[in-house]
Amino acid sequence: MRSPEHVELVRNNPDLPPVAVIDRRPMTTSKKLIFAAIGVVAAVAWALVAFVRGESVNGAYFVVAAVGTYVVAYRFYARLIEYKVVRPRDDRATPGEEHENGRDFAPTDRRVLFGHHFAAIAGAGPLVGPVLAAQMGYLPGTIWIIIGAVLAGCVQDYLVLWLSTRRRGRSLGQMIRDEMGSIGGAAGLIGVFVIMIIILAVLALVVVNALAESPWGVFSVGMTIPIALFMGVYLRYIRPGRVSEVSIIGVVLLVLAIVAGGWVADTPWGAETFTLEPVTVAWLIVGYGFLASVLPVWLLLAPRDYLSTFMKVGTIILLAVGVIVAQPAVQAPAISSFAVEGNGPAFAGSLFPFLFITIACGALSGFHALISSGTTPKLVEKESQLRLIGYGGMLTESFVAIMALVTAISIDQHLYFTMNAPATLTGGEPGSAADYVNGLGLAGPPVTGEEIQSAADGVGEESIISRTGGAPTLAFGMSQILGSFLGGASMQAFWYHFAIMFEALFILTTVDAGTRVARFMLSDTLGNLGGPLKKFRDPSWRVGAWICSIVVCGLWGAILLMGVTDPLGGINTLFPLFGIANQLLAAMALALVTVVVVKKGYLRWAWIPAVPLLWDLAVTMTASYQKIFSPEPSLGYWAQHNAFREARAAGETSFGTAADPAAMDAVIRNTFLQGTLSIIFAVLVLVVALVALWVCVKAIRAGGLPTTEEPDARSATFAPSGLIPTDAEKEVAAQWAAYYEENPDKLRTGTHA
Amino acid sequence: MSSLRRGWRALTWYVTGVLGESDYQRYVAHLRRVHPDAAVPTVGEFWRDRYAAQDADPGARCC
Repeated sequence: MRSPEHVELVRNNPDLPPVAVIDRRPMTTSKKLIFAAIGVVAAVAWALVAFVRGESVNGAYFVVAAVGTYVVAYRFYARLIEYKVVRPRDDRATPGEEHENGRDFAPTDRRVLFGHHFAAIAGAGPLVGPVLAAQMGYLPGTIWIIIGAVLAGCVQDYLVLWLSTRRRGRSLGQMIRDEMGSIGGAAGLIGVFVIMIIILAVLALVVVNALAESPWGVFSVGMTIPIALFMGVYLRYIRPGRVSEVSIIGVVLLVLAIVAGGWVADTPWGAETFTLEPVTVAWLIVGYGFLASVLPVWLLLAPRDYLSTFMKVGTIILLAVGVIVAQPAVQAPAISSFAVEGNGPAFAGSLFPFLFITIACGALSGFHALISSGTTPKLVEKESQLRLIGYGGMLTESFVAIMALVTAISIDQHLYFTMNAPATLTGGEPGSAADYVNGLGLAGPPVTGEEIQSAADGVGEESIISRTGGAPTLAFGMSQILGSFLGGASMQAFWYHFAIMFEALFILTTVDAGTRVARFMLSDTLGNLGGPLKKFRDPSWRVGAWICSIVVCGLWGAILLMGVTDPLGGINTLFPLFGIANQLLAAMALALVTVVVVKKGYLRWAWIPAVPLLWDLAVTMTASYQKIFSPEPSLGYWAQHNAFREARAAGETSFGTAADPAAMDAVIRNTFLQGTLSIIFAVLVLVVALVALWVCVKAIRAGGLPTTEEPDARSATFAPSGLIPTDAEKEVAAQWAAYYEENPDKLRTGTHA
Repeated sequence: MSSLRRGWRALTWYVTGVLGESDYQRYVAHLRRVHPDAAVPTVGEFWRDRYAAQDADPGARCC
């Protein structure tokens, strides 16, 4: 071991090898040189991204700038947070070790847990948001995804994971109640529920937009249901426990389903059967969500989850390889006029705050706080591994978002806006769409209607006009990138539907699980009201489960149908609400973290969670304010609402993008609901933020307050902290291996490999 | 050849770990160590219990 005088080995029991390595050795010169080199390369890549203009901006620069920044942030900023705030103590047993039951509490190898945690946090969000944000140009999105993740998103994930690990894996809502009292707790609980509903609705809307009028997509995504049912039966009755075997079979069937979708869509009966109206697709998804939430987990949800995990990791690797090999040239400008003027067709509003709302997942996602509290803390082996899992897991998601952004900005700008402008602007026909996008003053040669149609034919779709929601755009970009080196133009249609398939798969998995979780929250809350409602507490009461499932599906289904039929374009009006909701959840999580840090007396370091909290509050409150009070109808829900109401009252039969009185009524209804939701979100978060401020002031006056951290329990195992063990850790691990050799009965399952 | 086999073993260890396939072995090892007298469930029983537990308390998936 190099300079052992700086390495302290902590023992809890003199008969056992050490349980912790406290390593205070300074960095070696060669390591310093390596990090300096990585820093320089990242800086050069950033300079190229920021200052080079035109077609010579290469997509690979973004990957280099991102990875370089992640490495430096992980090594230095995350380490600072670890030293000053988290202060991990590996002589303390984690919940997994202390309460080990071999099931939900079970110490799990850090590398496996990293994969587990990443699969749970990453979904369609980081793929969709950056694609929409690309309308503002590539630079703002790139900066926010990378810097936002490093300073905000990863900090939130890491610190919530830390709080929950020190509290036996308690949930976010429970921790808010414990640390901030019942008012903050109640606001937190309602907030989580409402946010969940809106997130489910918007994600389902993305799927509807990807599948409507696409027989190929409907067939292949529809086939995932029988495939999952088959997998479920196989795992239960034929070969129990063979998860990877059945997953491989499932993935093969999935690829077959994609290929078969092309054949089916080519036949007249297939095209007729599977070409569905958006409203029909929406009803099917609501029905699916209900069934999935009442059917047993083993039959549908669990097998889908396996498929989703496989596809997720596989596709992300494929996309990364694609971007690095194909090195697509960037077509988007650095900053578009929409960023400044706030009149973009994909979503309204100017750069601040709406870029930061649109890209939530990938930079700062409040939803992660629900994953980081609960499951993962019960599986972690050592507190010092939280940096790898929490901070490192979110860095990986940010990387996914960067690749999605690169994919979107390498699409021809005219085609990008053809796909992302609502049908009321493009007119829905190739000719009118070409006229519309040519009038936007975009870079590059103007597009013709024939070119738009041939782009649609190239990916095997009837039309690519106004396929909003991000998923079709990403799929289109991926088909170009992957087609450029895997199979050429003939494979483009396959890759397009492959991408649609995996996005739909992620989202439907989230819809299943989210509906179930929301249903449980609802029945729990109802049960806690007492009286005759107490019965809802019993999870095995089927009638209660059905009632709550109907309520939950009804709520998100109503918002989904509202979005699908919205004359203003559902994504355009609903996506900001989704982003605001997600970021408000992040505000609650960061408020909780700040309160605990102040209570613990780490006032000097409270800026670490407080800076992202203040930024997030500024973004979400400005966005909410504009959505509620802006006099600009395209931006403010109430301004739009009043404009349509007045027009209706004046006896007009068409107004703006609404062609008839029924459409006008729809706008009046939708904007009322959206405006009301905006107010509810803002009020809930303000309550949590004010309670947090009050608790912080109390804690500062008292010079710190007790927290609800669990008392110490002494650890009796060892595990390395980082991805690669250090020499000191290897020596201790060898001592444990020798100890287990002598005492095989003591071998713990978490300590293998 | 042996490095190929080691690589394959590491890959299957990782994949079965992330998917949860190895949880059964983990549970059995836990029982043998902590509750040596308890009856060890079969693979089928273990997974039935596990899915039943998930039915009662689902984990969230992210967007």
